[in-house]
Amino acid sequence: MPIKTREDLMQLKAQLPDETSYRMTILLCGGTSCLSSESDIIDEMLREKIEKNHLENEVNLVKVGCLRFCGEGPIMFISPDDIAYVRLTIKDVSDIFEQHILRGHIVDRLLYVDGAQNKTVPAPKDMDFFKKQQRIALRNVGDIDPRSIEAYVAREGYEALRRCISDMRADEVINVVRKSGLRGRGGGGFPTGLKWAYTASVKSDEKYVICNADEGDPGAFMDRSIIEGDPHSLVEAMIIAGYANGASEGHIYIRAEYAISIEPLRLAIDKAREHGFLGTHIFGSEFSFDIHIKLGAGAFVCGEETALIRSMEGHRGEPDKKPPFPSESGFRGKPTSVNNVETYVNIPAIILRGADWFASIGTERSKGTKVFALAGQLRNIGLVEVPMGTTFREIIYDIGGGHPEGKQIKAVQIGGPSGGVITEDFFDTPIDYDSLIAIGAMMGSGGMIVMDEDSDMVEIAKFYLDFTQDESCGKCTPCRIGTKRMYEILERLTAMEGDPQDLERLETLGENIKNASLCGLGQTAPNPVLSTMKFFREEYEAYAYRTKRTSYLIDGKQCIGCTKCARVCPVDCIAGKVREVHTINENDCIACGACYDACPTNAIVKP
Amino acid sequence: MKLIDKMIQCKINGITVNVEAGSTVLDAAEKAGIHVPTLCHLDLHDVGIVNQNANCRVCMVEDEKRGTLVPSCAEKVTDGMRIQTDSLKAVMARRTSLELLLSNHPQDCLTCVKNLDCELQSLAYEMNIKEIHYHGEKMSHPKDLTSRGITKDTNKCIMCRRCVTMCDEVQTVGVLSPLKRGFDVVVATAFHLDLGQTSCTYCGQCVSVCPTGALAEMNDAPKVWRALNDKQNHVVVQVAPAVRVAVGEMFGYAPGEISTGKVVSGLRRLGFDKVFDTNFAADLTIIEEANELINRIETGGTLPMLTSCCPAWVQFIEAQFPELLSVPSSCKSPQQMMGAVTKSYYADKTGIDPKDIVMVSIMPCVAKKAEAAREEFNRQGLQDVDFVLTTREFSRMLKEAAIDFKKLPEESFDELLGESTGAATIFGTTGGVIEAATRTAYEMVTGKELKDVNFKQMRGLEGIREAQVEVGDVTLRIGIAHELGNARKLLESIRDGKNHFDAIEIMACPGGCIGGGGQPYHHGNTDILKKRQQALYKLDGAMKKRKSHENDMVMKLYEDYLEKPGSPKAHELLHTTYSTKARI
Amino acid sequence: MREKILDRSTLDTALLARLDAYIDSLKGDKQEQLIHVLHKAQELFGHLPHNLQLYVAHALGLSGARVNGVVTFYSFFNEEPVGKYVTSVCMGTACFVKGADKVLERTLNLLGTKKGEMSPDGLFTVKDIRCIGACGLAPVVTINEKVYGKVKVGQIDDILSRYRGEKRAD
Ligand SMILES: Cc1cc2nc3c(=O)[nH]c(=O)nc-3n(C[C@H](O)[C@H](O)[C@H](O)COP(=O)(O)O)c2cc1C
Ligand code: SF4
Ligand code: SF4
Ligand code: SF4
Ligand code: SF4
Ligand code: SF4
Ligand code: SF4
Ligand code: SF4
Ligand code: SF4
Ligand code: FES
Ligand code: FES
Ligand code: FES
Repeated sequence: MPIKTREDLMQLKAQLPDETSYRMTILLCGGTSCLSSESDIIDEMLREKIEKNHLENEVNLVKVGCLRFCGEGPIMFISPDDIAYVRLTIKDVSDIFEQHILRGHIVDRLLYVDGAQNKTVPAPKDMDFFKKQQRIALRNVGDIDPRSIEAYVAREGYEALRRCISDMRADEVINVVRKSGLRGRGGGGFPTGLKWAYTASVKSDEKYVICNADEGDPGAFMDRSIIEGDPHSLVEAMIIAGYANGASEGHIYIRAEYAISIEPLRLAIDKAREHGFLGTHIFGSEFSFDIHIKLGAGAFVCGEETALIRSMEGHRGEPDKKPPFPSESGFRGKPTSVNNVETYVNIPAIILRGADWFASIGTERSKGTKVFALAGQLRNIGLVEVPMGTTFREIIYDIGGGHPEGKQIKAVQIGGPSGGVITEDFFDTPIDYDSLIAIGAMMGSGGMIVMDEDSDMVEIAKFYLDFTQDESCGKCTPCRIGTKRMYEILERLTAMEGDPQDLERLETLGENIKNASLCGLGQTAPNPVLSTMKFFREEYEAYAYRTKRTSYLIDGKQCIGCTKCARVCPVDCIAGKVREVHTINENDCIACGACYDACPTNAIVKP
Repeated sequence: MKLIDKMIQCKINGITVNVEAGSTVLDAAEKAGIHVPTLCHLDLHDVGIVNQNANCRVCMVEDEKRGTLVPSCAEKVTDGMRIQTDSLKAVMARRTSLELLLSNHPQDCLTCVKNLDCELQSLAYEMNIKEIHYHGEKMSHPKDLTSRGITKDTNKCIMCRRCVTMCDEVQTVGVLSPLKRGFDVVVATAFHLDLGQTSCTYCGQCVSVCPTGALAEMNDAPKVWRALNDKQNHVVVQVAPAVRVAVGEMFGYAPGEISTGKVVSGLRRLGFDKVFDTNFAADLTIIEEANELINRIETGGTLPMLTSCCPAWVQFIEAQFPELLSVPSSCKSPQQMMGAVTKSYYADKTGIDPKDIVMVSIMPCVAKKAEAAREEFNRQGLQDVDFVLTTREFSRMLKEAAIDFKKLPEESFDELLGESTGAATIFGTTGGVIEAATRTAYEMVTGKELKDVNFKQMRGLEGIREAQVEVGDVTLRIGIAHELGNARKLLESIRDGKNHFDAIEIMACPGGCIGGGGQPYHHGNTDILKKRQQALYKLDGAMKKRKSHENDMVMKLYEDYLEKPGSPKAHELLHTTYSTKARI
Repeated sequence: MREKILDRSTLDTALLARLDAYIDSLKGDKQEQLIHVLHKAQELFGHLPHNLQLYVAHALGLSGARVNGVVTFYSFFNEEPVGKYVTSVCMGTACFVKGADKVLERTLNLLGTKKGEMSPDGLFTVKDIRCIGACGLAPVVTINEKVYGKVKVGQIDDILSRYRGEKRAD
């Protein structure tokens, strides 16, 4: 039955069993990270037990998308008790069932321990990790069953679409988006309303809206988590975009590798079609729209919109010069509006709660919230959504809990391979598009990696460059050959074969690659090098002047002579007797780090 | 439909320039008299060929308002734009791009085919590159020397993709593509096959636009030198029509200079025993072809009939349209007819053993090398034509022999196979063959004299042209296409029954043989093609005889040897067959 | 070389029939869907040998070079056969800062192979991949579907042994 009216929506919502009818609701994380540590098996085992004991009507076990605290996964939230169990293993299932589900006893050992304060925090809402977060894009992620359209509708899903189609003209929808101040979350920060207005204004027999779900940024998983946890939000937003831009077809470009995300997305599209949100006469109007999935095949540059369009057309994903922009001539040569996943999912919320509400969050020129994938040398790792304008310090220390071993945090890399590092001096910078540019960094898509005092910034820069030169499409000279040459210089430096002139070479080459490259990949590829060179020049100089120590060392004061390090060393360069201080033969050490990992007393010092 | 009436204003280095909307910054700079270096850029707008993917980045200039660099070859001028072509930022970026290209280049100039004719080399000179600051891994691919026409030295490739534009978009053969990505990108054939193992047509258009020595014609000069130095050999040479209006460019003459007489004397000085004119065979081809056409029309044979004198085109249809192999004329090309007649009729007349005759051709064409090697053109163990040299190779031989082209006297072709008409001359341009055939067919069918031999509607540089000619009581519907992409369009329309023609001329190269893959490099300048074309029409116009059947020596050939057009003897010597080729 | 590429006899006809059926089932411009067709072909055949690429090219009316250009552009497509166990070391940033490069190096050393190439015993192909979205478990290694999180350099030998079928005497 196609949904045509608000009443139809209400009816659909009514099909979802009321949560209050259950004695207990368990939200078990089915996000990628938790799935990787067997949350799916935990789910099966628990479900089996519930069924065996005929508790289906009492206990509501929901496999949800990412619960956002991925570093503590697999994780589950239990309500109304309001507690979280973390770091679950399959061995814990019977305890949870026997103790908690059957008897209502809390399993203390599975509760979250806040390492910073060394205390147990049972309720998610009391965890520092969640306290400062504000959810718009992630509003449903982790709260609802991504496979249930009813659950989405129960959270006002498809109501924004209904309002757009029944009560608003296309230009009115665009105006709301424009007034909200929403800017593209895919990296560039281009005002979304403006983009739509432009696409809508170009005359053409056909137009397209595209969702850029490529997310090839290493260390970023925001978009995927949204798609896995709340696919209908994206579907709804794209239909709204289609309506506003005057398009009748939408395409979602996603990598075939992300099979875990594609499955719920396909299901959501099918369900939406079934209920008439996709197809002809949507909400009884003359508006028709459908969504197709286009698969990528593993090329970071395909996240660049013109490359993405080439790829969608069955070609090598090579960027094209701009202008013309996709809004004018995009997919199949027609006007096309390309938007990022996170950008999209803000739209229904903006329509429902109004442009002013959205514009009231964030800073002067960056409105709303931003989702970050927080990772690295940090106590709390996971997805965080904070209002624009939150400072790095708040994210790193208040939300992230600082370094797990209390070491000094040296820098944060933001914006992935196109971004730069931010040092302690700038930790009080409010995070928004313009402040970041002002300090020589950029928002990027939302990867945020925290690095501690042990991190070798030259190695980090080399890592990013290895990535960009590997992912370069190879079309234009500066990026194809230039990033390779930069990488080679860094390789020589870190192999202690460089010379001081290499530093100058890196800088000149970097500047010119930025200036002369054809697309955003090349134009930003030197950033990690240039920004680390700016802040950590002495680390580069240590390599260039060959004063850098490359081997690991043992701190004699810490060593208890346990022999663990010697046993793992692949080149047998650690000597020492049991219960005596061990030593590393510096000439033979290949700096593999195995001993460092093995040492129980942190006696081993990184180079 | 064009929006060209709109003019916009911009400033280049402070100079105000008005350009048509849609112009590039490069166009505007040119108009202001400011030179900006380019490398990947290629714009043969008259024949609709543009490589504008802006990948080399040696043409970067600064957009002052935005403070960013833009590629002048591809960036469109906007109203009020202010461009600085020589800001430090722009100059540094251009130099860096070039240095980077050179850091991945063998720098073998001294022994490179392109030495002194190489755009990369000139640019390095022009930009005053005296040191390359970056070093590292270089490409290392094996050379492909196995094909019958083209050599590929990928290590010299700068990935400008002009060749890909040519092969893929213009010729729609699609043999070349960028493979892999990043530093490993290489412009190559599918699976790195040797070119000869693919469906390459040898049109040589990739060669003619390659700015470096990465693509070149096979060098057959050493074989010809050897043949010339063997006393046992009777070495005969033929010269194609398009050569004489282009070869001068290799020696500093303006494009379109007619150097027939110098070519002949130059060849004699190189030691050739007889210098014949391919135009003779062109006249012969027309007579056979006109006869075949009339025959097909009268007997209800396959129509349209397609001309078959362009070997690249023949290769193309064999691989791309195997279902249409009955439409090309069975006539051999003039080059092959000349070879066959030389090794039979001429051998008979002079009493020279055909085995001792070495037939060499000077051609504007790379595909002719492959054509000469086809098995179909072997009779009793002898190829009709033994060696084919391009216009460029011929010029290099002259230079090697220290022959001063400018000082050469004007001489005439040798008797017997040396006479020709104006009709044969225009074989060298698109539309020429069919115009020549029409002149003869008209008189053959009607028996009346054709007063005005100039079929203007068949001339020009438009990719696909159509013409209708009243021949007696029939109307001949004629189609003309040059460049294989246009040929494909025309063929598809015929195959799908959307279009009907009686006769069609197809030439693989832009402009026909004047733009052949073996001609002096035009480096992207269409004016050169136009000048060559004008010269051919000028030659035709200046001739007393302008219809092939007025060629007395050809008529004598029929009387003495072939009996009549389409005779069994003519079939044995002058006709051929086609077969399907795999598409790779 | 040319003959091998033109030869289809090494391709399983039943699988080719399924590929044909898939191509037939595509709606709209089929050439545009080249990447989808290649995904299907790789799913059916495990990798994309040259003759299969040419088969796809002919089926869609594209040139061999065009298809080969696309296949070699995307890292998801394999021209060479892959080992029974595809071992992917995540080299996303989160994993890298937690030592993924050392993990990768160790894995390659232990297997005596290079990135992207099959190990001499034909069991493993080691790849580096970018962020699988399990950054919380960094560094991450996956072997086929199975994910190993918080992997330490010292554990790799153990993990690989499970697939080699060797039982180590502990
Ligand atoms: C190298 C490169 C990679 C990119 N990758 C992505 C990506 O993975 N996801 C994304 O949404 N945008 C990516 N972008 C930005 C897109 O080109 C485009 O600006 C964006 O999808 C527009 O959507 P938005 O306005 O909603 O941000 C990338 C850009 C570049 C230059
Ligand atoms: S900058 Fe790099 S990725 Fe972008 S077009 Fe140039 S080579 Fe390709
Ligand atoms: S870093 Fe590796 S090689 Fe060096 S001492 Fe430790 S275990 Fe041995
Ligand atoms: S592992 Fe640590 S404590 Fe044990 S011997 Fe080695 S350095 Fe000493
Ligand atoms: S291609 Fe040009 S630059 Fe390269 S070696 Fe030949 S002549 Fe020199
Ligand atoms: S320019 Fe110099 S290097 Fe080149 S050939 Fe002449 S002398 Fe030799
Ligand atoms: S000779 Fe012609 S067909 Fe062959 S590769 Fe070059 S452009 Fe393509
Ligand atoms: S072969 Fe020549 S034309 Fe083709 S990409 Fe290389 S340099 Fe350019
Ligand atoms: S058009 Fe002329 S030069 Fe070009 S391939 Fe054909 S015969 Fe050769
Ligand atoms: S995947 Fe489970 S909390 Fe993120
Ligand atoms: S000439 Fe403009 S980018 Fe190559
Ligand atoms: S960086 Fe390895 S899983 Fe994200």
